[in-house]
Amino acid sequence: MIESALHPEDAVYNQTVLAGDFWIHEIKAKQTFRIVDLKGNQAVDTLFYNASDTAERYSATDTIVRQRNIYLTTGTTLRSNLGNAMLTIVADTCGRHDTLGGACAVESNQVRYAIEKRHMHACRNSFLLAIADPKWNLTKRDITANINFFMNVPVTPEGKLTFEDGISNPGKYVEMRAEMDVIALISNCPQLNNPCNGYDPTPIQVLVWDAGQ
Amino acid sequence: MKMSQTILWGDTVEAGASWSLRLRRGQELRIEDSEGGANVAALFYNYEAPTERYNMPDTLKAQHTAHLTKGFVLYSDMGRILCSITEDTRGWHDPLGGHNDAAAVRKKYGDSTYQEMRNAWKRNTRDNFIVELGKYGLGLRDLTANVNFFSKAVVHNDGSMEYVASNCAAGDSVTLRAEMNLLVILDTGQHPLDPSPNYAPKPVKFSIRPALPVAADDPCRRKCPENARGFINTERYFL
Repeated sequence: MIESALHPEDAVYNQTVLAGDFWIHEIKAKQTFRIVDLKGNQAVDTLFYNASDTAERYSATDTIVRQRNIYLTTGTTLRSNLGNAMLTIVADTCGRHDTLGGACAVESNQVRYAIEKRHMHACRNSFLLAIADPKWNLTKRDITANINFFMNVPVTPEGKLTFEDGISNPGKYVEMRAEMDVIALISNCPQLNNPCNGYDPTPIQVLVWDAGQ
Repeated sequence: MKMSQTILWGDTVEAGASWSLRLRRGQELRIEDSEGGANVAALFYNYEAPTERYNMPDTLKAQHTAHLTKGFVLYSDMGRILCSITEDTRGWHDPLGGHNDAAAVRKKYGDSTYQEMRNAWKRNTRDNFIVELGKYGLGLRDLTANVNFFSKAVVHNDGSMEYVASNCAAGDSVTLRAEMNLLVILDTGQHPLDPSPNYAPKPVKFSIRPALPVAADDPCRRKCPENARGFINTERYFL
């Protein structure tokens, strides 16, 4: 658990994102980016792309294999599919974050919960709507295995994967320094079927600081 | 489970090499570790509509697993089952470890050039994947987290990943039954967490047979309610 020395009043960007909404934004190299879990145990489904070439993007496997650990926390370097450092987690008051659980989709909701669940809002719908603007140069092919900030998805030595109650709380945050210009794509998860968020998706806050603040 | 005996095609993927093939719905692909200690990095796409592809998180969370063996299925990102693992002699195949790129191979095993080494040069899975994907109009954007058949990496309670050496012996095999028409891409490069400093990839044999029809009591279908629904989604796609 590492706290940040940055103050919200100094942030150059400060926005609340409601559950079920997407957020897409460019973060410049050396800027610091914070996500705040305002109400606790919210899943923040997040992808990053190199802003100058979106074929380079966050890679869950490159990130976990390089650090030989599946959990993301302070000190984790978020790696691209080309092995480059995209962002470094510099503060984290939650403790650990998931990158194996992926993003919910109406199709995976059908599999996981019931065929009839397909009408329910899902993260990958938010992702697709966010990237529909051609200026981002992203399509469905670019929606890859994401980070779930604040989500608790333990893996056991026996090879089981479980979705457990959250370990986050109101006001917990994770903060990262951009190592290159990145596009951040977030779906603030609308999932109503998963105990991870207590069946109650809630708002988050995103803040950006310039270097040197 | 009974296995059809008619081998339609059998061949070898040499050590450190890649191959791609079309596997039709209703066929099965058996991969055998020829010498022991093999790793087969694998990617799967819907052959007709390859924006639908293997999705590691959807596969793991639908079946509450972080390893793959007989009874588990591989899910696409569209809620359908690409293929089912109908036979497995070993019990653990790794979905987490990804694959090596050129820099990783150079750092771990040293430099090598084709000029000097000819076809014994040190190849890497990333470049091999990019080449195979390119043959179908696909590329870096289509590269997703792969399966590593025959390899095992345990995740401890603190999240740390540990490679388990010698997971497979000569003759170990895994059989995949295609539930959709698939583009399958295979590469025999070493696992990224394999601590051996020696460049020593291993060859595998593969064979394709007609699969027996998926029965109502099929072990993969009955593995969990999620898989029963995955089969329904897949069958509706082929109506």
